[in-house]
Amino acid sequence: MVTDPVLLQTAADLFPNGISRYAVGGLLVGLGTVLIYVGTGIPAGASTFLESTLSYVSDQSRFQQYVGSRDWRLVFTAGIVLGGLAFAATFQSGLVTSPLYEPGSTGQLYEVAGVTLWTTDVQPWRLFGGGILVGIGTRIGKGCTSGHGVCGVGSASRTSLVGVLTFLTVAIGTAQVVAAMGVSP
Amino acid sequence: MSGSRAKRGTRGSERGEDRPASSDRHPLFKPLIFVGGIVFGFGLGFSHMARPEVVLNFLQFEDLGLPFVMFGAAIVSGIAFALLPRIRDAAPLTGDRYERRLKPFDRNVLIGGAIFGVGWGLSGICPGAAYASLGTGNVTILWALAGMFLGAYVQGYWRSQNRTAEARTE
Repeated sequence: MVTDPVLLQTAADLFPNGISRYAVGGLLVGLGTVLIYVGTGIPAGASTFLESTLSYVSDQSRFQQYVGSRDWRLVFTAGIVLGGLAFAATFQSGLVTSPLYEPGSTGQLYEVAGVTLWTTDVQPWRLFGGGILVGIGTRIGKGCTSGHGVCGVGSASRTSLVGVLTFLTVAIGTAQVVAAMGVSP
Repeated sequence: MSGSRAKRGTRGSERGEDRPASSDRHPLFKPLIFVGGIVFGFGLGFSHMARPEVVLNFLQFEDLGLPFVMFGAAIVSGIAFALLPRIRDAAPLTGDRYERRLKPFDRNVLIGGAIFGVGWGLSGICPGAAYASLGTGNVTILWALAGMFLGAYVQGYWRSQNRTAEARTE
């Protein structure tokens, strides 16, 4: 263990919420991916859902190519939403606690039927405008944080490594510029 | 995605991933996808990656913990991707071989990645985290989800039209 007070202070500055919630959460995200891969051989990503779901309402060939996978992608996304709710009903509500879980203080908490729910303070225009670019970029760039970031990096795919490096670098630059312009949150 | 699709014709059989309808799929196919999704979404909630503020704090270098989520997940899946083909040939629910499905590299990876990067840096949310965020009660994230569908529609419409135009000139 690190006992040097200077190093400890530096770690506290860089990781004000520790690393365990991030690492444990990441292991679970990986576990979910592995469960699906073991059973089906499919390295599942989250952003294809956007286009496969549009195939229900649009005849465009770009969406229709996903007709074969649209049903299970809907099931995958429903699972992700429910997983978020399961987290809200346990750790977010304080029903379950663990030294590995750091609650944090972002956003707003509110209660519905005994479950502590959470909502963001980030402004709607940022979410909507950013969302549009996320929708365009992930589909043109062949993947998002899960398809490239988790499955692609896990497969040591050079395409995915370049994709991750690209979106990570650009995202850091964008967030820094937006913050420097005084936009918060 | 487009890579496996391009190869499909030569392979002569459809992968479980793209097989239409559920006719010849194992009855546990969708239940397993559902359970996998729940674990995946729970992890995104637990890690706080489903909170745009936390992602923005990372991108602004105020809390450097976030890479543990993506790389932690990549390590876990990487171990499984490496080990499974040595243990058995094919996945039990689809009969698909465990193989690396690498996406071909081209200019789009850089262009799309950069557009995604601007969107992620502006909003602090990516697709999987947005679905999980909705589950944690974040109704405001519907703005981001509406944007993602709109963006996916715009690029898909545009590319479908281009594809048709190309086919006509061939």
